[in-house]
Amino acid sequence: MITGRFFAAGADRRIAITIFILLAVAIIVPLLNLAVSPTSAFYVPSYVVALTGKYLCYALLALALDLVWGYCGILSLGHGAFFALGGYAMGMYLMRQIGSRGVYGNPLLPDFMVFLNYGELPWFWYGFDQFWFAAIMVLAVPGLLAFVFGWFAFRSRVTGVYLSIITQAMTYALLLAFFRNDMGFGGNNGLTDFKDILGYNVQADATRSALFAASAVTLALAVFVTWAIVGSKYGKLLMAVRDAESRTRFLGWRAENVKLFAFTVSAVMAGIAGALYVPQVGIINPGEFEPSNSIEVVVWAAVGGRGTIVGPIIGALVVNAGKSWFTGVLPAFWLFALGGLFVAVTLFLPKGIVGMWDSWRGNARALRAASIAEEDGTDPDVAPPPKIVRSAARTPGDWSASGPEPQPAE
Amino acid sequence: MSKSNTILYLDGVSVSFDGFRAINNLSLVLDKGEMRAIIGPNGAGKTTMMDIVTGKTRPDSGEVYFDGQVDLTKHDEAEIAMMGIGRKFQKPTVFESHTIEDNLMLALKGPRSIFPALFHRRSAAEARRIDDILGIIRLGDKRDELAANLSHGQKQWLEIGMLLAQDPKLLLVDEPVAGMTDAETEETARLLRDIARDHSVIVVEHDMHFVRELGVKVTCLHEGSVLSEGSLDFVSADERVVEVYLGR
Ligand SMILES: Nc1ncnc2c1ncn2[C@@H]1O[C@H](COP(=O)(O)OP(=O)(O)O)[C@@H](O)[C@H]1O
Ligand SMILES: [Mg+2]
Repeated sequence: MITGRFFAAGADRRIAITIFILLAVAIIVPLLNLAVSPTSAFYVPSYVVALTGKYLCYALLALALDLVWGYCGILSLGHGAFFALGGYAMGMYLMRQIGSRGVYGNPLLPDFMVFLNYGELPWFWYGFDQFWFAAIMVLAVPGLLAFVFGWFAFRSRVTGVYLSIITQAMTYALLLAFFRNDMGFGGNNGLTDFKDILGYNVQADATRSALFAASAVTLALAVFVTWAIVGSKYGKLLMAVRDAESRTRFLGWRAENVKLFAFTVSAVMAGIAGALYVPQVGIINPGEFEPSNSIEVVVWAAVGGRGTIVGPIIGALVVNAGKSWFTGVLPAFWLFALGGLFVAVTLFLPKGIVGMWDSWRGNARALRAASIAEEDGTDPDVAPPPKIVRSAARTPGDWSASGPEPQPAE
Repeated sequence: MSKSNTILYLDGVSVSFDGFRAINNLSLVLDKGEMRAIIGPNGAGKTTMMDIVTGKTRPDSGEVYFDGQVDLTKHDEAEIAMMGIGRKFQKPTVFESHTIEDNLMLALKGPRSIFPALFHRRSAAEARRIDDILGIIRLGDKRDELAANLSHGQKQWLEIGMLLAQDPKLLLVDEPVAGMTDAETEETARLLRDIARDHSVIVVEHDMHFVRELGVKVTCLHEGSVLSEGSLDFVSADERVVEVYLGR
């Protein structure tokens, strides 16, 4: 079918445009912030750079969720945990960069440890003075947690709402754990008062612009990787598992491994998002593990349109821009607005913004094709003649209860 | 009874669901290369028998052997599929959001691990095989169409095509002609006879006309065990079989 290919080409073009825009933004916004005079109409203020940089991290988180939710039907309500773990790994690096510039001036121990009478640096803080080590941990910690969690969950064939619930439980358990002072992650204050990243002042405009650019480029890269995964044979398998899991098993595929790979990759992406987020907002605390944060991510993806790659990015940007505006005007009502938005999207835009755009475009194209065909005097959609379908049971007795409606196995 | 030279060997198999015996001391032997038709009223346990063979359901007791030596009760669905048992579901189950071609591509025999799938490039041999199968199941002109757009009968055929792509030794085909026109039914019978030339096949079907066209040995199941076995004429003349059908 030509339209099928055309749509595919359209979707691919959309990915290319998205990557192009992100890369352009990565160059232009820092330029407009650094090289343009603050009096110019084109000047982008630093707070806007920081704010949009934060949104780009959220967009990356939403994209990570899209890989598992949109393409494999795994509704994770715990992706905020992977984001927060990546953030903590980066935060630990930033803490150790403070060195003796802390309030207590201890060259080795971060302030909160001095305050809590730690005698020495806990073993798991070793290595975090090195950026490369922290960078590996940003990937490894969320990835490993997702791998172990997914290994047990998918092997025991936990699916649907039960899986969603245990992902919530996971992030809630981590929330409680990170709140404890004796965990060694700064308790409820978290990690903050950062000074340098890679030797540059985190507060400086140039550093903020660089972090912004890094976020935009990383998001562009993640869009490309997700698109490549989804378009591969594995990606088709991922969607096959989403739509008819048992069918894939009877073809010899290990559905649990298919899910596990996507879940782990997705967690790593979420961890990277968290690591980019922390230096831009200047703090990481246990609140990032709040179950409601993970639910918000689902709302972003749903609003933008899950299973579309670009949709969740748009959703994250739009909802968070709305949130910034809304919390300025009516701060007490944001959660109600968010809840209302989710209900409205579920009811009126089940495929999200991008999904609605696609079906609108599809309809417009079909209408155009129809009008052209009318001019040509041909029927664009030659309906096949109705078939006489024999009933499922024609032989002695009424044996069969199976209707002619196709249904998924089980 | 000797298991050698059998492709499938079930002996004394029972399974209960919440105390209800869906399969009751079932014994059934299929020789290598044989095609068998299984009939029986709704609820006789035909689908459950296939669930047991393909590893979806574990029997409470009894022996289930494949190829004379492999104990199927010790393996799961994916392992059993890889050994060479393919299955068509009673409700046609295809990947609706994929094209016909991609459905076949995912079924095509080959490695089943993640990384080869991630970096997979279609080889010329694979493309040829897919073309062949598209020809056999007569969906060549619809190769780029989504499976969701197929008619019920076409989905049945696509699923049979996926079985062919898998190239199993034993095919379990559950109610393949439900929802088909007379012409399609005859076509399906021809296709299955063709497949049976170099595969072992079990076909479950209600449609006596279709079973007659297959022209093979028939086993009638009732309440989870074999009621009668033999040629179609023999089985349909069996008083117990007549009673089971007319009694309902
Ligand atoms: N997973 C299950 N749980 C409970 N009962 C089941 C299950 N699978 C099958 N049954 C029951 O076992 C009996 C046999 O079903 P089935 O094998 O589908 O019959 P057939 O395919 O011959 O029509 C039916 O009464 C059905 O309700
Ligand atoms: Mg059945």
